[in-house]
Amino acid sequence: MDLTLSPNEQAFRDELRGWLADNHPGEEPSGDEAAWEFRLAWQRKLHEQGYAGLSWPEEFGGRGATLIEQAIFGEEMARAKAASPANVLGLVMGGPVVIAHGSEEQKRRYLEPILSGEEIWCQGFSEPESGSDLASLKTKAVKDGDEWVVTGQKVWTTFAHHAKWCMLVARSDFDAPKHQGLTYFLMDMEQEAVQVRPLRQITGEEEFNELFIEEARIPEENVVGGVGNGWAVAITTLMHERAGLGAASAASVKIALGQLIELARERGVADDPIVRQKVAALLIEAEALRLNAWRGLTQIMKTGIPGPEGSLPKLQWSAVNQGLTELAVAIQGEDGLLRESDWTYRFLRARANSIEGGTTEILKNIIAERVLNLPRLR
Amino acid sequence: MNFDFTDDQQAIKRTARDLLADRFKPDTVRELAEAERYDDAHWTEIAELGWAGIAIDEAHGGQGLGTVELAILAEELGYTVAPAPFLSNAAGGLAIQHAGSDAQRERLLPGIASGEARATAGLLRGGAAALVPDADSAAAIVLLRAPGANGAAPGSGVVLDPADCEIEPLATIDQTRRYARVTPREGAGEPLGGDVGPALHRIATVVSAEIVGVAQRTLEMAVDYARDRQQFGRPIGAYQGVSHRCADMLREVESARSTVLWAAWAADAEPETLPLAASMAKALASDAGWNVTASALQVHGGIGFTWEHDLHFLLKRAKVDGALFGTAGEHRERVAALSGLG
Repeated sequence: MDLTLSPNEQAFRDELRGWLADNHPGEEPSGDEAAWEFRLAWQRKLHEQGYAGLSWPEEFGGRGATLIEQAIFGEEMARAKAASPANVLGLVMGGPVVIAHGSEEQKRRYLEPILSGEEIWCQGFSEPESGSDLASLKTKAVKDGDEWVVTGQKVWTTFAHHAKWCMLVARSDFDAPKHQGLTYFLMDMEQEAVQVRPLRQITGEEEFNELFIEEARIPEENVVGGVGNGWAVAITTLMHERAGLGAASAASVKIALGQLIELARERGVADDPIVRQKVAALLIEAEALRLNAWRGLTQIMKTGIPGPEGSLPKLQWSAVNQGLTELAVAIQGEDGLLRESDWTYRFLRARANSIEGGTTEILKNIIAERVLNLPRLR
Repeated sequence: MNFDFTDDQQAIKRTARDLLADRFKPDTVRELAEAERYDDAHWTEIAELGWAGIAIDEAHGGQGLGTVELAILAEELGYTVAPAPFLSNAAGGLAIQHAGSDAQRERLLPGIASGEARATAGLLRGGAAALVPDADSAAAIVLLRAPGANGAAPGSGVVLDPADCEIEPLATIDQTRRYARVTPREGAGEPLGGDVGPALHRIATVVSAEIVGVAQRTLEMAVDYARDRQQFGRPIGAYQGVSHRCADMLREVESARSTVLWAAWAADAEPETLPLAASMAKALASDAGWNVTASALQVHGGIGFTWEHDLHFLLKRAKVDGALFGTAGEHRERVAALSGLG
């Protein structure tokens, strides 16, 4: 057992740290368009240095980083409070799917513009009637000559108004069992048949969108992984979304906990025994999250299979982030109820943490069924 | 980065798991617990295997391995809730090894390592140690006074001959282990030579490892039961009220295990991290021990509340372990003090 970084891992981190110190983009500007341009510029900078497609194999313009290096990258970016690059969904989900399931032609066509940020990607999975039960989705794809015609509605689509390509899962066979009738498409967002409507959330912002798709056209060469294999392909993207996120999320809650301690001192409650107990409990849970994430990565690297502890970080992260923002608001008393406070924003935004990327309830189902081998309800 | 056991550590764990499953079968544990005694043959065997001195220097008759190996054994003994004076002797050994003088080490460690002259350790508050495991049978008793969290008050320790102490056996809820209240006579004993902090942190880590073993066992019992037990025509583990409870138990057990391994590793490889890691481990394990065993009882329903079922031995051990060498609340307070809250 060795919880220190190996010389190679250390070198990777030191190089990254040094580079970040010299090239940090600074704080994201306010205003949607300015923030977007800022993130695009940041992505180009990351790409020039080979940090954009970190996990991608070198032959596709990536760095071929190990899982540990990916986790270090996430930790360092969180620690430096560096913004996400513009095309994060293409980098983390789209590219890996094309690499794993795409044809040679698709790899040649799609990968480079993802890395450079020239073409932005968004994800069309969830639907108003299909949230946790994703495989029940109803968006319909019908073959018409050498094209597919797609009609339906998608929701929670980030960056839809900037995106060139949508990773779209639609039902291509209504007679097949629900997991087998799905196909994974790359849909061109630049067509009249696709309408984007921003979705206002409880923070007042518009982070996500709804997509209204009315007979959109998708050429048959834009199917990824074969007709009817959409579920397996989509699952790959979800796994890519979760892998390696644990370490980064632990680093970001650790920073937030430092700010919470600062706040407790400013507000003169650092010696309140109840506050001390609660802060300590959050610090401990954050540390357990970090350790579970690293232990999980060691398991995957050794065996190829995530160990039981690897399934825990997402639900632990959401609980810690909700807990710490709740405590920050409580510490501020009446001031915590004012909209202008950054803590108040984070407090409200945190409510989504136990829903986005898999609800806590679904994650517990997964742990119960796949880790503990308890019988399925369905 | 390799957050997993080495091959040697895996081998220790496997050997311990297999041997203990045979020596401490549930009926044996029950018989010893009900009689409130240990079997000397068990201790002789544990000592002959070298476990009593696993983390004690070779120069003093031990195996010279680390806190990680000691934690592996503690977890496995916890898993079978073995009635044996292993934890108390390990705590006594850690206290002498890390806080004792050279002379104290030379005098006491060989007997601790061979198992022939066992020691124990307890936490001194005021003039007495309220809960000392196996004080009634140890050859030496080490009492440790914890330092103030921010160096406000230095810690201290004393090695005592049991003859110089008032030892009052306690009838605790945990019948798998003997406990006593120990009151040293005024001015009795020999002060420890060194700083008691490093000893206390290691002891807290090892107690936490035992709790992880206890909790792991009850998690497995609960999951097995939830797969088998049928109500309303289905195994109860198919219902989310039960399955989500089991998922929460897994979260608590694995989080405690990760944190304990971190603390044990820090004890051997990164001592500057140990004070924080040990208090985080003990806080998490103490809570997990109770939450998980109590949850396992709930999953079992009425049968889990009966004396005939083995669950209660584990539940009670977890509860008492939670209080040994600092409660969750006390260790959280230490974490707060070490983390910038002053």
